Amino acid sequence: MLQKRTSGMYESFVRSGRETHATHYCAGCGHGIIHKIVAEALAEMGLQDRTIMVNPIGCSVFGYYYWDCGNIGAAHGRAQAVATAINRTLRDAIVIAYQGDGDLAAIGFNNTFQAASRGEHMAVFFANNAIYGMTGGQMAPTSLAGMRTMTSPAGRDPGHEGYPMRVCEVLNQLKAPVYIERVSVADTPRIMRARRAVRKALEIQREGKGYAFVEFISPCPTSVGMDPVRASRFCMEEMEREFPLGCLRDHSEEALPRAPRASAPTVPQFFGQEADIETAAPAPDPAFRERRLKFAGFGGQGVMSLGVCVAEAARMERRFTTWFPSYGPEQRGGAAACSVVVAGQAIGSPAVDRPDVLVCMSLPAYERFVGLVAPGGTVVVDDSVPCRVAAPAGVRVVALPATRLATSLGAPKAANTLMLAALGRLEVTGLSRGSLLRALDASFRNKPALAEKNRALFAEAEAWIDAHPWGAQSE
Amino acid sequence: MTKFVKGNEAVVIGALYAGCDVYFGYPITPASEIAHAAAQWFPAVGREFLQAECETASINMVYGAAAAGRLAMTASSGPGMSLMQEGLSYMAGAELPGVVVDIMRSGPGLGNVFPEQSDYNQAVKGGGHGNYRCVVLAPASVQEMCDLTVKAFSMSFAYRTPALLLADGLLGQMMETLRLPEGELPRPETRTWAVEGTAETRRNLITSIFLDVQTQEAHNLRLQAKYAVMERESYCETYQCEDAEVLLVGYGISSRIARTAVEALRAGGVRAGLFRPVSLSPFPAEALCACAAGRRVLVVEHSVGQFRDDVLFHLAREGRRYQEVGLVNRLGGIIVTVGEVVEAARRVLGS
Repeated sequence: MLQKRTSGMYESFVRSGRETHATHYCAGCGHGIIHKIVAEALAEMGLQDRTIMVNPIGCSVFGYYYWDCGNIGAAHGRAQAVATAINRTLRDAIVIAYQGDGDLAAIGFNNTFQAASRGEHMAVFFANNAIYGMTGGQMAPTSLAGMRTMTSPAGRDPGHEGYPMRVCEVLNQLKAPVYIERVSVADTPRIMRARRAVRKALEIQREGKGYAFVEFISPCPTSVGMDPVRASRFCMEEMEREFPLGCLRDHSEEALPRAPRASAPTVPQFFGQEADIETAAPAPDPAFRERRLKFAGFGGQGVMSLGVCVAEAARMERRFTTWFPSYGPEQRGGAAACSVVVAGQAIGSPAVDRPDVLVCMSLPAYERFVGLVAPGGTVVVDDSVPCRVAAPAGVRVVALPATRLATSLGAPKAANTLMLAALGRLEVTGLSRGSLLRALDASFRNKPALAEKNRALFAEAEAWIDAHPWGAQSE
Repeated sequence: MTKFVKGNEAVVIGALYAGCDVYFGYPITPASEIAHAAAQWFPAVGREFLQAECETASINMVYGAAAAGRLAMTASSGPGMSLMQEGLSYMAGAELPGVVVDIMRSGPGLGNVFPEQSDYNQAVKGGGHGNYRCVVLAPASVQEMCDLTVKAFSMSFAYRTPALLLADGLLGQMMETLRLPEGELPRPETRTWAVEGTAETRRNLITSIFLDVQTQEAHNLRLQAKYAVMERESYCETYQCEDAEVLLVGYGISSRIARTAVEALRAGGVRAGLFRPVSLSPFPAEALCACAAGRRVLVVEHSVGQFRDDVLFHLAREGRRYQEVGLVNRLGGIIVTVGEVVEAARRVLGS
């Protein structure tokens, strides 16, 4: 039976670089048998055009010499990551990952485990010969206890090298796989069962039902140092004791084919709805003096959104603007700061080293940044912050009871809105009151009730500043 | 139409307008917003998003999708980029297109999450094994985070080699006004080489193994010939160079700081100009040499002279000496201040 040619394989293996009908595998190697039963199934099921075979690194790196279907070579261990991508992007393809034990169970085990756990739509054919063949007979994750290899010359000692890995049993702990079976190609009855397993795995793919995993116990006479007959016997006697044959799972009846994709808008349609349509691109105005602002406080005080609000107001006036946050652990650790530049032409540095305007809502923020404010600049600080550090000469400091006012008005989280109003009243942003208010509204566009409330707070803060024209300011 | 977005979000908008089919990625600061935006926007327009189990998986997924003729991308930073180098080498070897965004952070090792430009050599010289080159583009604004992502896809497919968008934490995190692209890129022709699960593409083969030494050498030489053609497509930007006595040279965020420094220097009576490579690979070497002729040069970067070495290499062909090229830089996530650049430029002129 196995001598018969199959149209699933190339007639002549010219991809090897010469006209040949012989594979590159050693006599008695299981790979040739597995290749052939996979090829037969692909041909008989009419799947060759649709099939993409991901070839691994190892002895079967040259699978593409033989299989007459689409072939892609993957990096060592990565076949199932590569196959995942094909499955996710070509929904009609039949995706197969063919891997040996080092590739699948050592360097690539996490990719195996994760692809199985996600239930990727692929058939995985795993040739387990308990040894590294191509690199010259080193220990595999599936090498048996006591087995002598180039890297376990005294025999695999489980106390030192660990026990052989039973991959089917590990994957059987996962929810997603549809089909898991271990077969063998050590003799003809076993090969017949292996053929059925291959067809089952491919049927699951044809029906779009999910992840199918078939492990083949496969002889490697060369690397285990036996003649082909003894190598087959080693598979049946020694390996099957460690790796019992049989079907561990078959959910192919219950599994549902995957749903077709829902229709979606085009990219321009989608971003057309998402865009801030009312805002045109910035317009150059060289007469406009560039303003550099810094906002700083604790996380939760709204300093980041205050900065965004000023930048949005600048956009409404078609100014160039940049917003740059502190980020990472600093942000999560409590301190928050952001920098905003408002300009009449393209902005160079978005980092604000010497702010014209500093808004501080916490003591650490004030002490860290106040010394950097440029001459002629303004510091607006929450009056709960004791300003023990003096501002540089020529810098105006305005202490605003933002937190107190916001709390007394029943909106303790809205102190930033009062700060925004102060920036408008103090005329330090170069932006109009109307734009600041519109930007404030826009920031609550999904919460109309809050927009109303914040407008009221904005007006309260203005009234307070008007009532305290000089009292809160110092130079 | 405009949108006020972070640089990291602009990347995703650019990718979608470029026709990117799929995003694979693993979270890392300061690149994570790219994955956040992709997770939201790719499925919204019927494209695929998948969080990979690690960066080696991400890049090999990009490899797999590219081998299947799809437009794929990933993004990462620092340690994640290092993990991807083997995959990039495989992509270059198998001549697969795809886009990788590097939002550089400070290293080596875990370093921190603040901006640096210390992945320059890794990106520009081909950080994996073998003789290969990637396209490397260096945006300097949120607009370019989008536009150069589009460009990265088109160049990557034109030359069938991976393209990197080399940005940093500051560019990724900052917000600016983005003009949305005019339209989508036309879909590249892939059927002549990709394996797409069709009768037409069944005999195509994607691999980078050539066991025969002659064949492997020929493959290498063919790649080099391809890179030589690619070399002609370099991009740069100049600012106030016409009458400059000192030329600042910087890419990405460093060029933004240098631009402000040019203005500050000119306000103080020093005629400064800026040369900014937009593509780092191919490097706009001729344009740089022409621009630097007869001028003092100051390199602004956020690494230990990795970029200056290339500037020196190109200028040396014109007979310029090491001493004529100054360097101002900061490391560890500290941004060079405009004041530091101004001071260094005055030093370079005075020397």
